[in-house]
Order: sequence, then C-alpha cells, then structure tokens
Amino acid sequence: MKLVDEFRDSAIAKRLASKLQARKTAAVNLMEVCGTHTVAIFKHGIRQILPQSVKLISGPGCPVCVTPNNDIDNAITLVQDTSVILTTFGDMMKVPGTSSSFQYEKAAGADIRVVYSVLDALQMARDNPDRKVVFLGVGFETTTPTIAAAILEAQRLKLNNFFLFPAHKVVPPAMRALLSSDDVKIDGFICPGHVSAIIGSKPYEFIAKEYGIPCVIAGFEPLDIMLAIDMLLDQIASGKSQIEIQYRRAVSAEGNVVALGILNRVFEVTDAYWRGIGEIPGTGLKLRAEYRKFDAKDVFGIESGYDTEKESCQCGDILRGILDPPSCSFFGKACTPEHPVGPCMVSSEGSCAAWYLYQ
Amino acid sequence: MQNSRITLGHGSGGKLSHDLIESVFISQFWNDISARSDDSAVFSLGNDNGNIGDKQLAFTTDSYVVKPITWPGGDIGKLAVCGTVNDLAVVGATPLYLSAAFVIEEGLLLTTLTEVVKSMAETAAEANIKIVTGDTKVVERGSADGLFINTAGVGVIPSGLRISGDGAKVGDAIILSGSIGDHGIAVLSAREGLVFANELKSDVAPLNHMISAMLNSGSSIHVMRDPTRGGLATTLKEIAKQSKVAISISEEKIPVKQEVTAACEMLGYDPLHVANEGKLIACVAREDADKVLDIMRNSGYGQEATIIGEVLAESSAMVMMKTKIGGTRIVDMLVGEMLPRIC
Repeated sequence: MKLVDEFRDSAIAKRLASKLQARKTAAVNLMEVCGTHTVAIFKHGIRQILPQSVKLISGPGCPVCVTPNNDIDNAITLVQDTSVILTTFGDMMKVPGTSSSFQYEKAAGADIRVVYSVLDALQMARDNPDRKVVFLGVGFETTTPTIAAAILEAQRLKLNNFFLFPAHKVVPPAMRALLSSDDVKIDGFICPGHVSAIIGSKPYEFIAKEYGIPCVIAGFEPLDIMLAIDMLLDQIASGKSQIEIQYRRAVSAEGNVVALGILNRVFEVTDAYWRGIGEIPGTGLKLRAEYRKFDAKDVFGIESGYDTEKESCQCGDILRGILDPPSCSFFGKACTPEHPVGPCMVSSEGSCAAWYLYQ
Repeated sequence: MQNSRITLGHGSGGKLSHDLIESVFISQFWNDISARSDDSAVFSLGNDNGNIGDKQLAFTTDSYVVKPITWPGGDIGKLAVCGTVNDLAVVGATPLYLSAAFVIEEGLLLTTLTEVVKSMAETAAEANIKIVTGDTKVVERGSADGLFINTAGVGVIPSGLRISGDGAKVGDAIILSGSIGDHGIAVLSAREGLVFANELKSDVAPLNHMISAMLNSGSSIHVMRDPTRGGLATTLKEIAKQSKVAISISEEKIPVKQEVTAACEMLGYDPLHVANEGKLIACVAREDADKVLDIMRNSGYGQEATIIGEVLAESSAMVMMKTKIGGTRIVDMLVGEMLPRIC
C-alpha cells in the first residue's frame, strides 16, 4: 500500500463525483479549515466536480498566513545581532513583515537558515556553542509536539544557546471564535487531518453540540476530501451534527496521547494575535515557567506579536470565509504571490495564493 | 523593498528569474537575436562564408552551481555538458563544440576535481561533442562553494530548419519524453539526506541523439524544450506565451515516479515545478505524433515518452490540466525559490 495512489484512483473518483453530483442538496457552505486542504482542493480540481449548491470556503488554517507581521519584524530585529542564527521553516522565508522579509534579510547578510525540523536547529545549537540559535516556532498542533520535545532535549543537554521564538497557535478555539460571529454561515466543517492526528476528534465536539454543525476530519488526498464532503452532506441531509473521522488511517478520537502529554508538559495556553483577524483568546501557546529560559521573547526582551496590516487589505474577511479572494480589490493586481500584500497571499497554502495559482 | 537586492528566488528559473531577465538584462542586451528568448541564440554568419553556407549557428551558455557536486545518477560535470548540449539540441542544432570554465574554491580535493572532469569527458563522448577550450580560476575559501562550472556551446542548424518556442500550432500533440522531477528530487535528497527518496536517480542525460533521430524522420516538430529549473509547468507556460496559444494537459498521462510523488507530498512541492535535466517536451503535428513517439521510445533516452496534451486555439497563454479525479486547474510558472512547508 503506497497511501497516495490509492487515494487518487480516477475510476473511484469518477464514481464518487457522480454520486456527489446526483445529490439534491440545498445550498450549503462547507469550510475547509486547513491550508493544506485548500491547496489539495484547488490542485485536484475538486470544486469543479461538486454540485453547484455546495460551496467550499477556505478558513484561517494556514499558520504562516496568520503569523502577525510584527513577529516577523521582531525576528528580523533579533537576527541583526551577529551572534544570532535564526532558523525557520521554509515557507516563512518569503512572508513580508512591515518592511522586509527573511528572504530579503538573508540576501542582505543576516544568518537565517531554513530547517526541515526543529531538531536540525537543536543540532545547530550544539554544533555552534558560541552562537545563539533561535527557532521561529510557527505552526498549529501538528508541529508543536516536536518543538516541545526539542525544548525537553535542550533542557536535558543543558543547552544555554537554543531559544524558541514562540508564535504557535491552536485550532479549535479559533473555530469557536469564527462561529461566534454571525458574519458567515457555515453548514459543515472539513476539519484538519494532521492537527487532528495529534489532538484527536474530541476537541471539536463543542461545534456539534453547541452550534449544531457537523464536522468531518479528512485526509489530504482527493478521495479523502471527496468522501469527507459526501459524509458532511449525509449528516446535513439527515439533520445530524456529529464529529466523524474520515481520515481513520491517521486519526483516533483520543489523538496522539504521548505527543499531547509532551505538548502540555512544555506549553500552556495563552492569547494570540492572528494576522488579518486580530487577537483571539486562548489560541496561543507559551512556554511554561520552568522552560521560560528558552523563550527568545523573554530572553531578548521582545513584545508579543500584533498586526500592522494595510487597512484596505481584506484578508481578515477572506480568512473568516466572508469573502472569496477575487472579491478583494488587490487580488491578482497589487497582491500576487511574487509581491503579496496580505496574509492570504504570503504562503503557498494561503487561500488567495491557492486561488491565484490554480483556479 | 523586495527588488533592491538579489534573492535566491531570482535564481529559481521561475517568475522572479523571468522578471530579472526582462528588467535588467533584456533591457540592456536587447537585439534581434536575443529577442527570440530561446534556449540558444540562433544566427547566421552570412552566405558568403564558405564553411557555414546557409546553415545557421546556435550558441548558448550556462553556469552550474549545484550543491552537492555529486548525487545519484550524476554530478556537476555531467550536468554541465548535458545542460549546454540540450540547450543547443532543442533549437534543432547539432551540438559540436563546448567550452568549459571552472571556478574552484581553495581547498577542493584534487581527486574530486579529477572525477568531475573525467565525467565531463565521458559525457562529451556520449554526446559526440568536443570540449575545445576552457579556463580555470581559483578563489579564496568561502568565495565559492567547492566548484562552479560554466560551459558554452556552439552547434549547426541545417538550412531551412526553424525550431523555436513560438512555433506551437493549434492541434499539436504535446509529447513528454518521460517521468518528471527525478533530477530535482534526487539532488535535494542527496543534499538534505531525505531517506524516502534515496533509491531515486537523476535523469541527467544528453538528448541530442534522440532529437537528431526525431528531426531526421521528417516529422513536423514545431517546438522542443527541455524542462529544467521551474519544471514542466514553467516550460509549458513559456511555450504558451511565446506561441500565443493555450495548452491543455492531462495529469493522468504525466509519468511521476513514486519517490518523487512522496517527496513532493512531504515537502509541499508540485512535481510540475521540479527540475529535470534529461527530459524533452515537443510540440508535434498530430499526424506525426505516433511516429515521433516511436523514435523517442527506441532512442534510449525516452522509453516512457507519451502524449500528455495538446495545443489549443486561444491566445490566452493559459495552461490547463485535467486532474486525475476529473477536475481542472491552472498550471502556472514557479514563482520563486521552492521552499519546504511547515506541515
């Protein structure tokens, strides 16, 4: 089993597409929360095979996009100190802060390095005892357990030159914030597969119970997503609202208990600023007191991130699913993947970038 | 602010590279020959030159700055010969002579250099070209990354033959010579130690013998390109723009090896944007397509050659792909540097 080809089988896809198209569904809005889903939906052309009554809207689930530009500015200030090596995941390189980006600062001489894992940054700290290695911790629950593990390892190794610039966010409370506003009608959620592999299905239960909205946790291959849509439409048709797991090969109700244990040991919940949206209570993670010595914001005296976005940028409405990307006056004109204006265009998994590149 | 310094994205072969070429180089170097924007410059020395007659010369150059300098299936020397040979061959030229210039970082092992040069000689023999002149510079440690190579090449185009990116005709079949992304992922795996793709070999190969057989068949071949940096997507988009046509391709027809798919899924790359160094795209008149396919498959350099799409009568320069599940999507150029995603 290769776990990719099987989920792109064109014969099965065509049968599933016919089934979806034959459905007599009232107009519904289904939100895919996760940026990886957004890209997969565009890349595989899933929108075109759905009945017209089913509208997919993209949610705020790209961690790169929602990192406040002030965090990027602060990290850039930090790396002007030549004793600092700033390490980051690749997709942060192009993201503009207020007046610069990591890619540009690197070209100008700053020591900014792309890593594939936080463990590469940890190794870099061990290999460069005379330098301060700062890891920019951007990401949802998918990536935070390995970052927590790196902090525990740094503690064990008694490293005093490894620091975390925490910009992590958690998904379920952000979904609550989305539902608390009446701006957009959501009839069902396609919940993120990788995040849910860590947190399980239980943290979404409030969505079904309190808001009566069905959720399906989906994988990222085209058949996964099509099946999840079919399951959501089944729930909607029968008036149910449950949390179902389509992505059973990776997700259980309890999630990854070991990973969650490590995450909770190292991090505690805090408030966080989402670029384009604003502050959402309880959606950030900060290091617990005993690990605060690894916190770059504490050690280097940096304030928490906030947003200095252009006022006319409509990314806030796009991130919340109120507007489609082409409705923004900047889209494809002043704002392109080469020269992004707002958060939805900065990462390849942003909804505007996906729309621009594939639609 | 992004424009005031060169970033790695400007070297990706995608949109930023194009912008740089247009805004900085073409604006200063524009002339009737450079204006064609093909892989090689094509010009004539005039009919009064007895040696050339009415044949045309093709001339091209390329620099190779790859890291690491060896990888499964190839090395920087083999690449430096194949890249330039292929740029000549795709404009219809028979590659003849290459130059080779080396920028060597102080401290490079002599055995490493010797191996690379031996590989260049072997590849030159395979391609049946001669390396006839060269240059060597050594720079201080830190001023280069081991070894950089520049090659330039000349070739001769038979009289009357014109193959250019602007030649695609409505109804042409688009032929791809084999699986995409092998080179980019093989080099990436070697550089980053990605264990899930370590069986994969780069496709780096000289394509001039296959191309020569294709041209000798008398088939109506309108465009040939090798989809290197920026991948299949960028090259198809360039052809569509130059020829002022639209292109439709089918995802199901495009061969992608399992290791390449796996690496791309892990890192968030699109195989259509990953580099190839031994693959050919050809726009061929539909009635000749099967004949050309046979020749490619029997040439030793295109066993998996297949028709992946066709040229459509629209001036929009749009490249559309029918996906495996029956949807459609736009195929666009790579924007900047390919960067691995978070999750």
